[in-house]
Amino acid sequence: MIKIDDYAPIVGQSIIDEIRMLAAKMAGRRVQHINSTAVGGGVAEILNRMVPLLNEVGVNAAWDLIKGGENFYSVTKKFHNALHGRQEAIDRRDFDIFMETSRENIAKLDTSSDIVFVHDPQPIALVEKKKGNKWLWRCHIDVSNPNLKVWDFLMDFIVKYDSAVFSAPAFSQRLPIRQFLISPSIDPLSDKNKELAQEVIDGVLRKYEIVRDKPIITQISRFDYLKDPLGVIEAYSQVKRYIDCQLILAGGTASDDPEGRKVLDEVMEKAGSDKDIHILLLPQNDIEVNALQRASDIIIQKSIKEGFGLTVAEALWKAKPVVASNVGGISLQIKHKYSGLLCHSIEGAAFAIKQLLHSPEYAKKLGENGREHIKNNFLLTRHIKEYILLFLSLYHPEDVVNL
Amino acid sequence: MPPSGMETPFVFYASSHISELTGLRASTLGQLLELIKDVPGASIYHHTHRFLQQHQYLSPEPPNDFSYWVADCLGDVELGEKLASIDTMQFLTIRALREKITVTIEKHLEADPLAKMRFARAGEEFHFIKSISFVFPTNYAAHDLDEFVQALKKVTIDSIYFHIFEARLRLEKPVNDFSNWIGSAIGDKHLADKISRLDPYTHTLEDLRNKIVYLIQKRDS
Repeated sequence: MIKIDDYAPIVGQSIIDEIRMLAAKMAGRRVQHINSTAVGGGVAEILNRMVPLLNEVGVNAAWDLIKGGENFYSVTKKFHNALHGRQEAIDRRDFDIFMETSRENIAKLDTSSDIVFVHDPQPIALVEKKKGNKWLWRCHIDVSNPNLKVWDFLMDFIVKYDSAVFSAPAFSQRLPIRQFLISPSIDPLSDKNKELAQEVIDGVLRKYEIVRDKPIITQISRFDYLKDPLGVIEAYSQVKRYIDCQLILAGGTASDDPEGRKVLDEVMEKAGSDKDIHILLLPQNDIEVNALQRASDIIIQKSIKEGFGLTVAEALWKAKPVVASNVGGISLQIKHKYSGLLCHSIEGAAFAIKQLLHSPEYAKKLGENGREHIKNNFLLTRHIKEYILLFLSLYHPEDVVNL
Repeated sequence: MPPSGMETPFVFYASSHISELTGLRASTLGQLLELIKDVPGASIYHHTHRFLQQHQYLSPEPPNDFSYWVADCLGDVELGEKLASIDTMQFLTIRALREKITVTIEKHLEADPLAKMRFARAGEEFHFIKSISFVFPTNYAAHDLDEFVQALKKVTIDSIYFHIFEARLRLEKPVNDFSNWIGSAIGDKHLADKISRLDPYTHTLEDLRNKIVYLIQKRDS
């Protein structure tokens, strides 16, 4: 079990002391996280690590789940897509299904904690049960351009919360309640981000028959049009005309996703017989992802749309120079020319990659700056600290709070 | 609160921040100007100081979000430079700083009316954010300069940030806390003055720590 003090060598003991000090201000108050799943997905991943650490530093935190059937989750999946701006056919019946399951959860769940912290839209209606305690709604998805039918439906609940939390400024809306910006984080001690021995990295390269005889450019993402893997191959081809290099496109298996299979087929076709393009269908193996990122000379994240894009934080944490699209939360992680290069097109991405390959010192500096930026702003310890400050803000409406 | 008298040891405080979203956004210089006039002081403070904490390893660095956005997203490099070169040290209050930023943009718009025509791309709008500060005492305190310098070497950069930037501008004190205590409680006005003349906006926080430690230790030699 990882302990909060295990993070001290990375972020400094003073940060850990500060977290403990702030946590002490929460003495006597109970916090209850509620979401819809214990495993799978970023929210569960963060809560799995976050809740034990909150308790360890002195915040009495619990984690509960709502229950729902297949129909309910089909509806919430539609909501999810619609909030991302995708066209979805949503009718009265969908809202009825949502409310029916919500009523069952309202009846069953004890929400008497001092602070009830609801994650994402699935459990949002629980706020109907609010009774004098404090309620937070954490929106983890990109709602910068939401389907208004769904957003208006959710608004009836959102306004009953004390505060809302979003991951990027662009996701905020004009709301009658306080709203905070808290970015997600990466865990520097997880398998995906911890330091790896060189032999582990070499072993992974051997397994996938990748030889480090020329620069490696890598994009780690599932095979999805929104991650633009075809655009990445095009950018690589433009670079390859001038600099001999190789490309790794690595992502999760696509067996349960018909569209993913289609994208993968198109990627294979576009790669053709180029032996320097490595298309890797990775099982859920964080050590391998970690090793591939560490083995790379440049990491690319050429997404067309992105919630937050934590793969960028993962790469920067490994001090890699990153070329990424200026979408979603990526601009929070990369300040153009300071901690990476932002691009808006395939040509722009190719130009940036060439620039970095031609100027290794510049690339190194961007990577180093990027690592510092992630260390200061996107590690789990910052996330824990901001959650505690968020809890405290519920009892302090002022702009400067003397604790 | 931090010290004010001879009999009081210097207690090191620190501050932690959380960003509150306002939902207000600008796509053009005109919109930016109107919102700068209107948003809470906590938002002006956020956008002129956020870089110092989030990017404290960079020096020289973009001093404020307004200049960065105007130059990088609107492509108005000239105004970006004007906003970047505003000498924040010269302003004792957020009100005065806001006024200077406002006048700088207004003058630029008068001189170059075409500047109004520039639009930020979709997704690159300027989002106004407020900085909410939580101020608290640390475990470090000093009764004399030797203790002070030892503590200064150990406190977090958040503590240095608080005493140098936040206490001065946000809590509207005429001078930073370190100079105030060294000048009044220790009575070393010369040293206090030297520290207050450092321009903290052109140093990283670690550089600032080292510089102040050096100035204090040098006085003995």
